[in-house]
Amino acid sequence: MAESDLPAQTVCEIVQRHGGTPTRLLQILRDVQDHLTWLSPETLDRVAEELHISPAKVRGVAEFYSFLYTAPRGSYDLLFSDNITDRMLGNRELLHYLCERLGVEVGKTRVDGVVTVGTTSCTGMCDQGPAALVNGYALTRLDKPRLNRIAELVNGQIPLAQWPCEFFEVISNIRRADILLGRHFADGSALRAVLKRGPEAILEEMVKSGLRGQGGAGFKSAAKWISCRNAPGEVKYVVCNADEGEPGTFKDRVLMQDFADLVFEGMTLCGRVIGARQGFVYLRGEYRYLLPSLQAHLQRRREVGLLGKAILGDPTFGFDIDIHLGAGAYVCGEESALIESLEGKHGVPRIRPPFPTTHGYLNQPTVVNNVETFAAAAKIAVEGGAWFASRGTAESKGTKLLSLSGDCERPGIYEYPFGVTVRRVLEDCGALDAQGIQMAGPAGHMISARQFDRRICFEDLATGGSFMVFSHRRDILDGVRNFAHFFVHESCGFCTPCRVGTSLLRDLVTKMHTGHGTRYDLEEMRKLGRIMQVACHCGLGQTAPNPVLDSLEQFPEAWERRLRSTAFEPAFDLDAALEQARQLTGRSDPDAYLREEELILGAMP
Amino acid sequence: MSADRSFTLDGRRVPFQDGQTIMAAALAAGVYIPHLCFNPEFAPHGSCRVCLVKVNGRVQAACTTPAAVGQAVQNETGELREIRRGILQMLFVEGNHVCPACEKSGACQLQAVAYYVGMLAPHYTHFYPRRPVDASHPEAVIDFNRCILCELCVRASRDVDGKNIFAVQGRGIQAHLVVNTPSGKLGATDFSVTDKAAQVCPTGAILTKHRGYEIPIGQRLYDRKPISVVGDVATLAESKGGRRHE
Amino acid sequence: MSEPKVKIATCSLAGCFGCHMSLLDLDERLFELAERVELDRSPLTDIKELGNCDLGLIEGGVCNAENVHVLMEFRAHCKVLVAIGACALNGGVPAMRNQYDLKECLEESYLRGIGLVNPQIPNDPEIPLLLNQVHPLHEVVKIDYFLPGCPPSADAIWTFVNQLLSGQPLALPYTQIHYD
Repeated sequence: MAESDLPAQTVCEIVQRHGGTPTRLLQILRDVQDHLTWLSPETLDRVAEELHISPAKVRGVAEFYSFLYTAPRGSYDLLFSDNITDRMLGNRELLHYLCERLGVEVGKTRVDGVVTVGTTSCTGMCDQGPAALVNGYALTRLDKPRLNRIAELVNGQIPLAQWPCEFFEVISNIRRADILLGRHFADGSALRAVLKRGPEAILEEMVKSGLRGQGGAGFKSAAKWISCRNAPGEVKYVVCNADEGEPGTFKDRVLMQDFADLVFEGMTLCGRVIGARQGFVYLRGEYRYLLPSLQAHLQRRREVGLLGKAILGDPTFGFDIDIHLGAGAYVCGEESALIESLEGKHGVPRIRPPFPTTHGYLNQPTVVNNVETFAAAAKIAVEGGAWFASRGTAESKGTKLLSLSGDCERPGIYEYPFGVTVRRVLEDCGALDAQGIQMAGPAGHMISARQFDRRICFEDLATGGSFMVFSHRRDILDGVRNFAHFFVHESCGFCTPCRVGTSLLRDLVTKMHTGHGTRYDLEEMRKLGRIMQVACHCGLGQTAPNPVLDSLEQFPEAWERRLRSTAFEPAFDLDAALEQARQLTGRSDPDAYLREEELILGAMP
Repeated sequence: MSADRSFTLDGRRVPFQDGQTIMAAALAAGVYIPHLCFNPEFAPHGSCRVCLVKVNGRVQAACTTPAAVGQAVQNETGELREIRRGILQMLFVEGNHVCPACEKSGACQLQAVAYYVGMLAPHYTHFYPRRPVDASHPEAVIDFNRCILCELCVRASRDVDGKNIFAVQGRGIQAHLVVNTPSGKLGATDFSVTDKAAQVCPTGAILTKHRGYEIPIGQRLYDRKPISVVGDVATLAESKGGRRHE
Repeated sequence: MSEPKVKIATCSLAGCFGCHMSLLDLDERLFELAERVELDRSPLTDIKELGNCDLGLIEGGVCNAENVHVLMEFRAHCKVLVAIGACALNGGVPAMRNQYDLKECLEESYLRGIGLVNPQIPNDPEIPLLLNQVHPLHEVVKIDYFLPGCPPSADAIWTFVNQLLSGQPLALPYTQIHYD
């Protein structure tokens, strides 16, 4: 066979393996890229041809996801996690160190095509960073000795399978367990409960439990299930949102790693309750290392009759679960964008209403719940709603898993009954010098020490679980700037205020952070932020200005400190804008420069 | 249809039919709500965010929000005008909109809506993106500098013309309109100036060649009267409904 | 005793003087204006030194070092600064060069242009250095008011100046707001 036919052969085989189904497009592209390292125009056209869909659609999907490459990429693709918590642990220095060792520029592929080194949004290893991904597999606890070794392995072109396993070790760091993590759960017990008592009784327990969406939005889970159960439609779906993209959260990773059966049981239970026979786990691409073990769990459940055609021997109880991998798109954590992605499209949030419970996956009624929600539901089916509701507050029943990271002695997973104070959490994790917390991730809220007596619950501080601690030796604006970049990178580009607003906001934050801003710029950020909060199409854009707006309120001194004494400063560096002309003309006379004392004239001192 | 199936729009009672959005009901009643990505002949898209109104105190897009009995909808308020102006300003700095050098000027919806919301200047820092002009087609030209990603051409070509010539690719601020051919050139497609896609662009991004500046300044669509008076709301009221491509 | 006259300065940066032409289009209204204002530095007076002014009207965007100097001077000397015309507001036609690197622009003009003898990029210190991009005024200094148009019509300028001088809220009629 001619060598040029190899890619075509590969594409054909992969498409066949996925049943030639266009809804599997994202999975197909991932697999093709695994073989070919990048997706050339010819490859994409080939995929389109095999799937009988338009080449533009395929290219649109390929261009949307960060982990899909439409330009050549190294055989070893190293991406440093660039969350603020990684930065606190010194990832920038390590990034440049590795680049130097490998002789490669950040974001570029080495000329020999062997390696590319870049950055990516938070990989969910905040309690064991600095972290990175190599060809999509998580690397943890990076330090210089480890990077020396990695450089050798890359230069020696040693296959990943032969790299030391400790490089890939992901520990769970469960520091505090309550009813979800702390009590034994017998596989199949929730499914036996629903068979014995019937879906209505389980729904009643769900209502009693008061369980709310643990992804952070807090919608009553029972209401979702009931709405979907009652929605007209023969075919229904259960979707587990394991696209844990909010920087600073990693509790779903731990649940999928240590409690996968509990989560699968919750999904299967949901399937029985709403009348669905198919479930999907949408697992974020950063957690691909979990895939083999999750597949093994699913297989074992099929073998013991907890999944498949006749669960627990009941031929009317059929349910199976398929795992889809994301490919680096935070917006897919939004449930309707996630569904679009599951359908093989680029992840743009849908217009709502209609909601997924009536028009979800393939427009059929669908329940989308967070990993933790399904785990809790399984327990509720066994232990009862009242048992769950005995913990927590009036409006927030049960417990919440928090992902602790940043400046604390014991980062990791902490399970608390809802209502716990921020102060208590800080004491438990050994954060003795906290000046502020980024609660619920960049999309959540930044709070200062004045608010440490606030309680974590839907009535007060709602959270999906991210809890990043900033000590007094940190500059809050480092975080704000990091988050501003994050939102620019993750905006899907659909609506104007998010697509454009995130970039405008990043530029203003950068201007302030580098000491070139004035009070005028602070006011500009406020105005822009307020427009974005109300005008954006989905939650991503609506929450994108939160770090800026919160820090302006909670940490005004962090901004004030950087203010110029002038009333106005240009949007760009005027003298630097002459540099190109200086070089082209070779001029160095006094008039070839714009000096500060000349510029201050117009800055209205 | 019972008489009380209505909501209020700036205090005025607007009747609606089941399934209608606030925008559709307002249009049918002859009330203008500023919009760009919305076109009465197409299903709503909801991306430009210019049609934001306040529904029972909450800001929502009129083109995608279903009308409901008793809703109190605000449209012409200072607050909304300011938000809309901000969004228009974002669109102006995101692309390269050089009105004095554009044939669409005077009949451009982007410009007319900006006039309507009182935008005097783009306010924000300009991006000055580098984007191509595609003049490869004998009868039409695409100036990507003027594209605001409303996807009307995408929808028209796919849903009405059945040609699927346009698509949007890329993420975030990198999102851009593309022509669906290997060369990316319009000349390589079966695009025709009689296509619906050739007629729906709210800016000067897609233009018919050889017809520039036919109408003298002062007599162009939006020269004398605002878009609220001479725009689609007026023509729609005349034709009592108009078609709609789902 | 008559009220002291309002001092006005005007200039054109990276523009075409079209806005100044439009100002002259005020025709007989110029006499009325002359009763109330006194022109300081302006292409119409040939005064070179800018004095303290109540109002500065600037057409054109910022394309070179000299534009920056003049704009800074105007900001420092004018109580109220107004950007007039498309170029001042968004760079206008001159900003269409922002589609290219400065190198490409200069090489196209001075090295590869048709009919050039002894082609070279000018480097005389008398010639202001170009910025790598053309910018609107508000990206360089604080601008108090904007008057769009290419150029704004004489009527628009008249309405604007009258409202400003009489302290009325600025509100141009629909037909006087246009971007072309």
